Amino acid sequence: MTTATPALSPRRYFGWSTDHKVIGVQYLVTSFFFFLVGGAMAGMIRTQLLAPDSTLVSAEAFNRLSTNHGSVMLFLWILPVLAGLGNYLVPLQIGARDMAFPRLNALSFWLLVPAGLLMLASFFVGAAEAGWTAYVPLSISGPDGQTLWALSVILLGTSSMMGSINFVTTIFTMRAEGLTFWRLPLFSWSMLATSILVLTATPVLTAGLALIAMDRLVGTLFFSVPAGGDPILWQNLFWFYSHPAVYIMVLPAMGAISEIFPVFARKPVFGYRMIAVSSLAISLLGLTVWAHHMFTSGMDPRLRVPYMISTMIIAVPTGVKIFSWLATIWGGKIRLDTPMLFALGFISMFLIGGITGVFLAAIPVDLHVHDTYFVVAHLHFVLFGGSVSGAYAALYYWYPKITGRRFDERLGKVHFAANFIGTNLAYLPMFLAGLLGMPRRVVNYDPRFTELNQLASLGAFLLAVSVLPLLYNMIVSWVNGPKAGDNPWRARTLEWQGSSPPPVHNFDQPPVVTEGPYDYGEAEARSMMPSPAAAGD
Amino acid sequence: MTSHTIPHADDFRAGRELSLDHRKLGMWLFLASEVMFFGGLVGTFLHYKATLPTPEAALLDTVLVGLNTFVLITSSLMVVLGLDAIQRGRRRGLITFLGLTALLGAIFLGGQVFEFISLAGHGVTLQSSVFGSSFYTLTGFHGLHVLIGVIWALVTLMKAARGTYTAQEHAGVEAFGLYWHFVDVVWIVLFTIIYLI
Repeated sequence: MTTATPALSPRRYFGWSTDHKVIGVQYLVTSFFFFLVGGAMAGMIRTQLLAPDSTLVSAEAFNRLSTNHGSVMLFLWILPVLAGLGNYLVPLQIGARDMAFPRLNALSFWLLVPAGLLMLASFFVGAAEAGWTAYVPLSISGPDGQTLWALSVILLGTSSMMGSINFVTTIFTMRAEGLTFWRLPLFSWSMLATSILVLTATPVLTAGLALIAMDRLVGTLFFSVPAGGDPILWQNLFWFYSHPAVYIMVLPAMGAISEIFPVFARKPVFGYRMIAVSSLAISLLGLTVWAHHMFTSGMDPRLRVPYMISTMIIAVPTGVKIFSWLATIWGGKIRLDTPMLFALGFISMFLIGGITGVFLAAIPVDLHVHDTYFVVAHLHFVLFGGSVSGAYAALYYWYPKITGRRFDERLGKVHFAANFIGTNLAYLPMFLAGLLGMPRRVVNYDPRFTELNQLASLGAFLLAVSVLPLLYNMIVSWVNGPKAGDNPWRARTLEWQGSSPPPVHNFDQPPVVTEGPYDYGEAEARSMMPSPAAAGD
Repeated sequence: MTSHTIPHADDFRAGRELSLDHRKLGMWLFLASEVMFFGGLVGTFLHYKATLPTPEAALLDTVLVGLNTFVLITSSLMVVLGLDAIQRGRRRGLITFLGLTALLGAIFLGGQVFEFISLAGHGVTLQSSVFGSSFYTLTGFHGLHVLIGVIWALVTLMKAARGTYTAQEHAGVEAFGLYWHFVDVVWIVLFTIIYLI
């Protein structure tokens, strides 16, 4: 079984497989399906908001749509698409044949499927309508779908934790010979930092969701206000996970673009160790900031200042990354291919999202704009402008690795342009609407916000259309695209040193790493001893 | 179908350099997440203990539960002795001590059921008050972990009887041991915050 690859039929993607590459693709495709579902919900929301007094959807349906739009996008799209990238790439980047626990890995994916269906099925019994934040007592009194929602998120959290155990174990115990931690590719570093954060934060949400589920199913009184239950307790449990969740959802995207910049600027990464360590710093600091979501909730006012300060400190490791990326491309031979465009888009849009996060951390600003569209704009710049751009960049960058084919560069650029314009058009007006006082999660609004909402809806529709060139490109290029060769971007990280797509066993012989992964521009630099199969590269 | 991709020992060279067995590391990471899970439940219990009157707390039988705690701590000792036995290659010793572990775990569970029934007799239930909800939830989730541990002990015992473990290769026993000690430590924390303070 050396290079004679066993028959790799496409059918392997439709069943139980323990191959991390198959599981990675299963994650990517499944999460993309849920992305389209969540996007359809966003489309209905933005259509409703075209006019201030629209009656297209009822107030109840609106709440259900916005609750599930948020939940689907976060738990069923961004988290799993990044998990998919991690699954596909981490073993290849560290020179391993598979993840440390392949069956656990498969189980992580197969938990995602029923959990996703459970969440969508909740629409048949009255979907969750308490917001993705599921604040009590709303989430205790809501329809039956709220219970399904809680169970679904518990399953998704479990899947995420199992994946994280796998990533940490794999990175610690399965690195190739010579691949020290200071030679670890930055994407794998980011998966390590993310996984540590998942293992710390997610179980607390699981505990909180268990309490909600028990209140609803067996009549416990945890959040029953008449019995003395405390709604703020839920907010603490919820945000202890759900603020770090933002870092969980952006760190792997940051890791992906950290791979892209040196390749497309043909320069070594500036500040490799600082980028790696700042991921860990974000993970640790990320655990200390959650109560900044609760400045208006009746928490002890004396606690506000410490949370404001810790939140603002997070901007420091984030800034370290941004300046390191800029210094990496500074003076480089920049190639503006699609992955690079999305990576640059990531920086510009994530910066807007990140810096407004610093504004929101300031107590007086937060008291003013809390629960307005300013917050909606902020989080969409972080998660759509940031995480989704990063996921797109990664998808294009590693597409030739996964498929062995080239995608259509022109269609990629069209997608980038539509996505970039659409994102800014959709979310910039929300900042203004929020500052002017438009509350979030409302089905109708004051007519003075009409133009801003119509602009936002226009942007959202453009975003919807922008998915078409992506889908077409991904599907048609996989079938008909020109062969990409093993390493079309001439990248130095380990995953690009073997054949594309990789053989089932990843490496014909165990790779030996002799240098760091980003020594671009140095004639003698080799990141890996060439194996016989890759010698002609 | 894809069994050839399941890793074997050679794949974990980096782990050996760090003296990290991947199964044990995985177990430690799982237990770390369990710490956070119980942390959420303990935080909930303590929050309500600090903010609400809890007249039911006077009904708790500290002596009975103290004895039960002793039983559980003894069971941890049995796991240590079992591991020591297999490290010396004594399979029979391992089987005996795993059996004792499962037995002591079952006695603990029996004690817990007895306690629950007598409390319910005094009207303290999951639905009677916030204290009832958080007391039964916290101790119940722990009891569930003990139950899983008892089952795991019996599975490990059967594997030991089939000769799976040797003096050199017994990571499965160690993984079970880590779990069992964790469940034990959690109980010491719970006993302290629920019954002692």
